[in-house]
Amino acid sequence: MDEVFRALADPARRALLDALFAAGGQTLGQLAATLPMTRQAVAKHLVILEAANLVSSHKRGREKLHYLNPVPIGEMVKRWVGKFEDARIEALTGLKDHAEAKEKKSA
Amino acid sequence: MPERAPAFVYVIYIAASAETVWNGLIDREVTKEYWGHHNRSDWRPGSRWEHVREDGSGKVDIIGRVLEIDPPRRLVTSWASPESEHDPEKVSRVVYELEPAGADTKLIVTHSELEAGSAMLAGISAGWPAVLSNLKSMLETGKVMTGLWSKA
Repeated sequence: MDEVFRALADPARRALLDALFAAGGQTLGQLAATLPMTRQAVAKHLVILEAANLVSSHKRGREKLHYLNPVPIGEMVKRWVGKFEDARIEALTGLKDHAEAKEKKSA
Repeated sequence: MPERAPAFVYVIYIAASAETVWNGLIDREVTKEYWGHHNRSDWRPGSRWEHVREDGSGKVDIIGRVLEIDPPRRLVTSWASPESEHDPEKVSRVVYELEPAGADTKLIVTHSELEAGSAMLAGISAGWPAVLSNLKSMLETGKVMTGLWSKA
């Protein structure tokens, strides 16, 4: 998880993730063409993002296509937000059970 | 014609052997614990597989064929909603690849040939990260996030 935070700390890397969120499956060349970064800078940032598992890739012939991998971010959300989500869902389920029991009684 | 770019490539590292992760993808009893559905098939090449709801209705939400199977490394299935099963435009393809990564297993899920702008595309893009994260929790700790499937 340290690697994820380190990777996310850089605004250029967040811009790369934004670009991949907008359109998955881009090559290094496509990313470098649309972002205000050199090809070398994009390549360097992609290595860090891949090591943190925030970017996944797929080989198509000689091309390497890059994707946003949201799984580690989902794990962070689950770690700190999960239990509140659970409580909210349980409250709603409780409300539903209560409402349904009440309707049964009055029917 | 060059292969179309996949819509999504999801990667998760799970602290379990490839055999355990593989079993977590195909076993009825295990899939029902974390997926809100169980996967049903005899897992032979060409066989059907079905993704069956665990709410007691027995409703099949996803249907497909086992296109390739090489335990515990690689599984390729087709993927469609039952009403679109015979419409090639609406049948997508899921590849599961398992690679040892030290004591862990790297699981790569690639979903391709999805129809642009379809409800399936919208649904699976949100669904996979939660499913994979739940699989990881279950295999590593025996626990899943309660409530994940009670939203429906």
